[in-house]
Amino acid sequence: MSVTPTASPSRPADPTQAADLEAVRRAISTTARPAPASPLSSVLTFSWRAMLKIKHVPEQLLDVTITPVMFVLMFTYLFGGAVAGSTAAYLDYILPGILVMSVLFTTVYSGVGLNTDLTRGVVDRFRSLPIWRSAPLLGPMLGDSVRYVLAGVVIIVLGVALGYRPEAGIGGVVAALALVVVFSFGLSWVFTTLGLLMRTPMAVMNAGFMALFPLTFLSNVFVDPATLPAPLEAFVDVNPISILATAARGLMEGTAVGGDIAVVLAVALGLTLVFLPITTHLYRRG
Amino acid sequence: MASQAHLAIEATGLVKRFGETSAVDGVDLAVHPGTVYGVLGPNGAGKTTTIRMLATLIRPDEGTARVLGHDVVTEAAAVRASVSLTGQLASVDEDLTGRENLILLGRLLGLKRQDAKNRATELLEAFGLSEASGRLVKHFSGGMRRRLDIAASIVVTPQLMFLDEPTTGLDPRSRNQVWEIVRALVAEGTTILLCTQYLEEADQLAGRIAVIDHGRVIAEGTPSQLKASVGSGSLHVRLMNPEQRPEAERLLEHALGTVVLEADPAALSATCAGGDDATLALSRLSSSGVRVADFSLGQPTLDEVFLALTGHPADAPDDGSTSLQEEHAV
Ligand SMILES: Nc1ncnc2c1ncn2[C@@H]1O[C@H](COP(=O)(O)OP(=O)(O)OP(=O)(O)O)[C@@H](O)[C@H]1O
Ligand SMILES: [Mg+2]
Repeated sequence: MSVTPTASPSRPADPTQAADLEAVRRAISTTARPAPASPLSSVLTFSWRAMLKIKHVPEQLLDVTITPVMFVLMFTYLFGGAVAGSTAAYLDYILPGILVMSVLFTTVYSGVGLNTDLTRGVVDRFRSLPIWRSAPLLGPMLGDSVRYVLAGVVIIVLGVALGYRPEAGIGGVVAALALVVVFSFGLSWVFTTLGLLMRTPMAVMNAGFMALFPLTFLSNVFVDPATLPAPLEAFVDVNPISILATAARGLMEGTAVGGDIAVVLAVALGLTLVFLPITTHLYRRG
Repeated sequence: MASQAHLAIEATGLVKRFGETSAVDGVDLAVHPGTVYGVLGPNGAGKTTTIRMLATLIRPDEGTARVLGHDVVTEAAAVRASVSLTGQLASVDEDLTGRENLILLGRLLGLKRQDAKNRATELLEAFGLSEASGRLVKHFSGGMRRRLDIAASIVVTPQLMFLDEPTTGLDPRSRNQVWEIVRALVAEGTTILLCTQYLEEADQLAGRIAVIDHGRVIAEGTPSQLKASVGSGSLHVRLMNPEQRPEAERLLEHALGTVVLEADPAALSATCAGGDDATLALSRLSSSGVRVADFSLGQPTLDEVFLALTGHPADAPDDGSTSLQEEHAV
């Protein structure tokens, strides 16, 4: 007879087998403790976890494929005529820009995913393991890069279907996508930091999009800044997203400027150097 | 093993504050290796916060703790290398299958790929989870999830295991399974720190118990010392006919002592020292024609423990519980 709360009798019993206590005891007594996993091996194990999550819930990739398609169609056909005179001309201008925008918006999901983890108990276990402390943060980058590349490929395929023909051919397109992905890795640490500071995954998503929308619209992704009022134009010109869009356009058209690419890489490195340690510190602190 | 000579856990004056609240407010613990040590307390008592400090997840604001001889702050890595944590929220990944969870942990703990797979198979079978091993954990029942959680904690056998409320929310059958597993772990020499809200659970499993309330240890001792200090359990009776309650009350008062009328108009309970007294009281009822629908003999509830130890129920505001510590220490 017990004083602990008992489940109502209507609840179905656990359908599975019971634990085999003899086997449990054998299992406990048999293992020797192996040397802890190396940093590389733990990062790869966390990457494997990220890939399993995509495998089990492939629907999560819908977000990163449907949104870019909407962006391309909406901007090309809604604004194309008004902004650039014809949809075909605008497509040439905007496609690399939308590539940048779509992939950058995908970086917010890094923070959302981390925050989702935190709302569950599993992070406590990871943090109690004798592993390299940055491994749980670096591992998911592989899963993230799948999202980035997927979002990018969807844009490019759709663009080509609509008549976009990059001058620099497939090599230029791959180079542009690679540059955008590298920048996204840097930016994603901003959102993982946010993911560790905010209370719910939804809040992270909202904050992330609220930060990215103005930054993207105040860039040269959609319009040539020459038509803007001077102070705005000055901001647009130094906005890293403008520089990234210009570099991506250049790579796809075969007119890339080395300086732009260098600036993009430097900003990505800078974001990583600042926000990766902050993320690691916050994750460790719990 | 070095830890055999020392205490497995030795904590002095642990304090953790969150803003204004002192979640843990000066906790001392001494846990011997190879034993189950129960930390018993109501919601918000500071059990989880204590475990999180000992498992190196958060730093104490004050005080020190050594786990298996290693300081939890300055030698956190060494602590992590020999403990495992089964947290209050199931510490497994809901979006992976049971098997993937175990392989993931095996790999992170340094097992080779094939060894990790073999170990997962072995544990899934031992814990009765092999049929469900390919299912995502979010579709597991509560009992299965807990078993997987414990299996995950012994992918590589730890010297010391933290178990935070392992049976809260489980049905009696699943709860018994978890208890049996805990007993098997201890039989193999693992030290376990067990947090629970149930006196019965601490009584069943632990060699010693610390009762905590508002972040402080208000009593410490063996289960029998604790129960002796708290007093007896109680006999709960539900009558077929509520109109007979006054008569039942009179009879039970005579046979057992203090009677409490419960909210259910057909139910009442009386303090009761043991099974013999209860049998006697029940036969009095039946010989007087009071018909009993059902009855149960309970150990003191956590509420009764708290009432006895602190003079206030578990969820009431803190009023002088510290001054009672000395009087009521067992
Ligand atoms: N991260 C946190 N931030 C702020 N307050 C916290 C935090 N963690 C715990 N607390 C507070 O500290 C107190 C002790 O919490 P703790 O989780 O340790 O209790 P517990 O004994 O484990 O309770 P339960 O039985 O509900 O699990 C509570 O008042 C809780 O609200
Ligand atoms: Mg708790």
